[in-house]
Amino acid sequence: MATPENAEIMVVADKVTCLFDVSAPLLNRLIERQPRRTLRAVDGVSFEVKRGTTVSLVGESGCGKSTMARLLVGLHRPTSGEIRFPGEGGRPRVQMIFQDPYASLNPRWRVRDIIAEPIRTLNLRSGEDATRDRVDELLVLVGLSPRDGEKYPHEFSGGQRQRISIARALATEAEFLVCDEPTSALDVSVQAQILNLMRKLQQELGLTYVFISHNLSVVRHMSDRVAVMYLGRIVEEGEANAIFANPQHPYTKLLIDTIPNLEDPNRDRKPLGGEVPSPINPPPGCAFNPRCGLATDRCWKERPELMRQSDGQNVACFVADTRIPFEETVLVSEEV
Amino acid sequence: MMLTASSGHKGLPSMPAVSRTPVLSVRNVGVEFPTRHGLLTATEGVSFDIAPGEILGMVGESGAGKSLTGMSVIGLLEPPGRLSAGEIWLESERIDTLSLRERQRVRGRKIGAIFQDPLTSLHPLFTVGKQLCETIRYHLGLDKKAARARALELLNQVGIPGAEQRIDHYPHQFSGGMRQRVVIALALAAGPSLIIADEPTTALDVSVQAQITALLKQLCRENGTAILLVTHDMGVIAETADRVAVMYAGRVVEIGPALDVIQRPRHPYTQGLMNSIPSLKIRAEALNQIDGSMPRLDSMPQGCAFHPRCSFAGPRCAKQRPPLAAVGENMSAACWLHQGGVNGDA
Ligand SMILES: Nc1ncnc2c1ncn2[C@@H]1O[C@H](COP(=O)(O)OP(=O)(O)OP(=O)(O)O)[C@@H](O)[C@H]1O
Ligand SMILES: Nc1ncnc2c1ncn2[C@@H]1O[C@H](COP(=O)(O)OP(=O)(O)O)[C@@H](O)[C@H]1O
Ligand code: SF4
Ligand code: SF4
Ligand SMILES: [Mg+2]
Ligand SMILES: [Mg+2]
Repeated sequence: MATPENAEIMVVADKVTCLFDVSAPLLNRLIERQPRRTLRAVDGVSFEVKRGTTVSLVGESGCGKSTMARLLVGLHRPTSGEIRFPGEGGRPRVQMIFQDPYASLNPRWRVRDIIAEPIRTLNLRSGEDATRDRVDELLVLVGLSPRDGEKYPHEFSGGQRQRISIARALATEAEFLVCDEPTSALDVSVQAQILNLMRKLQQELGLTYVFISHNLSVVRHMSDRVAVMYLGRIVEEGEANAIFANPQHPYTKLLIDTIPNLEDPNRDRKPLGGEVPSPINPPPGCAFNPRCGLATDRCWKERPELMRQSDGQNVACFVADTRIPFEETVLVSEEV
Repeated sequence: MMLTASSGHKGLPSMPAVSRTPVLSVRNVGVEFPTRHGLLTATEGVSFDIAPGEILGMVGESGAGKSLTGMSVIGLLEPPGRLSAGEIWLESERIDTLSLRERQRVRGRKIGAIFQDPLTSLHPLFTVGKQLCETIRYHLGLDKKAARARALELLNQVGIPGAEQRIDHYPHQFSGGMRQRVVIALALAAGPSLIIADEPTTALDVSVQAQITALLKQLCRENGTAILLVTHDMGVIAETADRVAVMYAGRVVEIGPALDVIQRPRHPYTQGLMNSIPSLKIRAEALNQIDGSMPRLDSMPQGCAFHPRCSFAGPRCAKQRPPLAAVGENMSAACWLHQGGVNGDA
């Protein structure tokens, strides 16, 4: 139930796990005597997003960011754990924005109809005139003109198409947007336009974002909080400023160290070796141990849990100073 | 591994292009497409040199003409695209006028190509060893055994662990980063003096990206290979390129030492581009953005192609196109601000 304490919270992920069956076809398994195999795409992930703020998920490819995004919008069901929307009125309208705006826009429809579709389906305006006005309003809101509504998606550049998909998402009156690499296919100059638009819309409409990007300077620009994922788990979570200024987990440090600093680039960089291990056969203990310079014997035997640090950051690493288990401090429990 | 004619200055930092004969010299090259509605000019007046052991970065937004420039050098322009003007010289040999067969020889032997998607360069049905050996035998005329030995050496050189086993694996059995290493090995097979790398790390994770760019730098230093590195990632340019060329609407608008272009750009477009990159240090309220978008080929404005978006534009900019001209010692920019002002007459 909502209380003043948690009314501020848009969404809670509570020990969410998502497994995929990646076994070979039955016949092959029988012939080759292979066991069933499962892949832990998301493994016991907990975090919460306050209304009107942005939480970013970062990490290397395959670490589970998109799966987490799909869980949040309900495109996947958690194998265990749950996604809760503690606010009054239950589940809010949630929309997803994808990397490739082209793939998500029907090429045979005029932009006007693409944006009007959710308004009609959800009966958000009565009558065609009101719908039309709303579409014009949305086009202007995202920096296009009402005349653009008459065109087809292929007549627009990548950045403009992303504006169209944002307009369509807002047409549902969504309050919560999950954006999966929304600017990764765009040039830096176009990216700046879209990021500015997203920040402006957030301020004007009080939107809540979960933002996914592999570009850490983009994440720095967009986020209030950041969750760093590695092999399906959150290894560090905290306020964006703190994570970037003072990363605690060795993996977060590695990620932040690999970003070139344009003011003072490191032209003699020694690349850090290693790749992400397979999520089908993760290494025992801390999954980061094969690449970690600080690993001890304990890291091969036990798995570190996300613990709240004295400075408020949450870190899953034995070497970092651990204090209070994360779940006991931050999560809003059902009974409150 | 001394296969290239130009190798011989191991480990030396690259020197300014003027001091040695360039490996590649692109002179005033343009690419056009005949269409039903007339001739479309995609690139025009593109000129640059790359010295042995030098990495020239090429940046610019999507559609600016980076890949077409790379493709013209490799000789793989897709028809009906064709060169409209200019000359391309590779180690003192003019290559844009060669016959198809001759170009094919030059392509594998002297120019190696690396593209964004490693799978476009690899055949899915052959092991990487077989593909490497074929290339080596075709270009270097080695026998089977020697070719395999060379293939192994290449796989080791590009940092594939357990090369002895992995040489007999198929492309799909490698991760994205490892596959790109195989493509680099393939590009290096004949010991080329020039490598064209078009967005070689765009599809890869940051950590793997750093590994691949380090590998390219090492090859460049150790073998004296010249590299044209096309990317939209300024970070990669800052850490990898010696010089950088900025393209806008089919032309080179600025060229100079990488750090100068990144930190003290002279052309208003480059300045806008640099300012639109979010900073890691401070969280600005809004990013600097260049409003509008790059003009399309069929609606190029007169004068400076950037003038509709440029906050410095003056009357001259809408009438006359600024040529690429020296600004200071090592830099060139195509902008009237540095060539007598934007108010001059037409
Ligand atoms: N087959 C073609 N017919 C007509 N125009 C073409 C053709 N191929 C490319 N172009 C045009 O030439 C220009 C330059 O294309 P090019 O592929 O070199 O751009 P780019 O800088 O590599 O862009 P990207 O980063 O998106 O790959 C673009 O305007 C493009 O639309
Ligand atoms: N439908 C699926 N079936 C099997 N495996 C999947 C499926 N979707 C995702 N995965 C696997 O889950 C892991 C996380 O995927 P994803 O969330 O897409 O990663 P990313 O961080 O790149 O977005 C990867 O190893 C991926 O291969
Ligand atoms: S728990 Fe051990 S292996 Fe894992 S990040 Fe910390 S020190 Fe490294
Ligand atoms: S020539 Fe004029 S319009 Fe073009 S970049 Fe320079 S100032 Fe701007
Ligand atoms: Mg993804
Ligand atoms: Mg390209």
